[in-house]
Amino acid sequence: MTAAPLAFTTDRLGWEPWVEPLAEAELTEAHREALVDRARAASPYFRLLARDPGILHARTKTDLDIFHNADGGLPRAERELAATATSRHNGCVFCASVHARFAEHYGRRPDDVRRLLDEGVGARQDQLWRAIVDASVALAATPPALTGDHLEALRAAGLDDLAISDALHAAAFFNWANRLMLSLGEPTAPEASVKE
Amino acid sequence: MSTDIIDRLAGIEPGSPLDGLRRRRPDAREHAQRGYLALFPQDTGGGTGEVSLVERYAVAAFVAGLHRDPASARHYDDLLSAHDPDLAAAVSAEVEAATATGPYGIYPEGPLAAESVPGPVHRVGDRAALGERLAAALEHAHLLVFRPREADPQALRALARAGWSTTGVVTLSQLVSFLTFQIRVVAGLRLLRTTQKGPRP
Repeated sequence: MTAAPLAFTTDRLGWEPWVEPLAEAELTEAHREALVDRARAASPYFRLLARDPGILHARTKTDLDIFHNADGGLPRAERELAATATSRHNGCVFCASVHARFAEHYGRRPDDVRRLLDEGVGARQDQLWRAIVDASVALAATPPALTGDHLEALRAAGLDDLAISDALHAAAFFNWANRLMLSLGEPTAPEASVKE
Repeated sequence: MSTDIIDRLAGIEPGSPLDGLRRRRPDAREHAQRGYLALFPQDTGGGTGEVSLVERYAVAAFVAGLHRDPASARHYDDLLSAHDPDLAAAVSAEVEAATATGPYGIYPEGPLAAESVPGPVHRVGDRAALGERLAAALEHAHLLVFRPREADPQALRALARAGWSTTGVVTLSQLVSFLTFQIRVVAGLRLLRTTQKGPRP
């Protein structure tokens, strides 16, 4: 294993658990079903979460719908932006690396993503990205600090209520994901083994 | 009234615009509810694994209290109070003592150190009222809620010393982390509901 990365990056990082995942040979049919995508049996992160299969299954199905449901609403790039901004603000280098790559891929705005990672959530962005980053940051606060002004800014940037709801769900979900990835193990450089 | 917990806490009525909006993401709606029921099973005939139901309610009441969303805080406090009113009082006292504004935390030395934001580390006051196992769980929950960037292997070792198995640690971590999602979805949807402009022409 190589040393954990010290800064936010779009590199493909690895992730190592601090406590013992289930071994692949220990996975029962119920565990494999909880993984949803069976290829995830190769990932120590998902094999660790498989210790409680009920909530892992719910987590994964919730995640997939929030990010992949293409029936209207917010474009994928901006859902990934909300995930990246939340991860940047909470301090999850691993999550931010994965979702910054997705935001770059779907949004084709690598410089804007790069600036978010390098300079942080206050970095200059256009009106739509500014509104999404600000709403994500406000929602990440404890207690949540989202106000009507944040929603007005999202509307002013052209989003309808479904798109706003998508942004809020993507941001809210990463509060869940960030805490798991930050507290059960750590990123290693390089090499991608899991997606979160 | 909806039986969906997010609908109930956010004040979303069946057939309302927000209900329609949630149903455009049917899996997210269904599995957010299934996640809630997996963590807080209503029929405990099959047991609750390595974390008892009252422990789950106690951690949830603490986490929801820290978020200061009245509807969510009341919901989990009510669940705990119905099972163990003395414990509910002890958890309420911890919430009072543990209030903070997050996220904060210290980054390791390196380029992110300039972004470090120091903040309080919560230590449970009345450990006897909670028991060592629950006291350790609330301290870990406080870490996850407010300063997740400071999480480290020592935090997991503290849980192990207090009697938490590895599977119990996974359930506890999921419970706290899930609630940070659920409470934010509730807050966001409620705000969206109360600021809605109505149908566009």
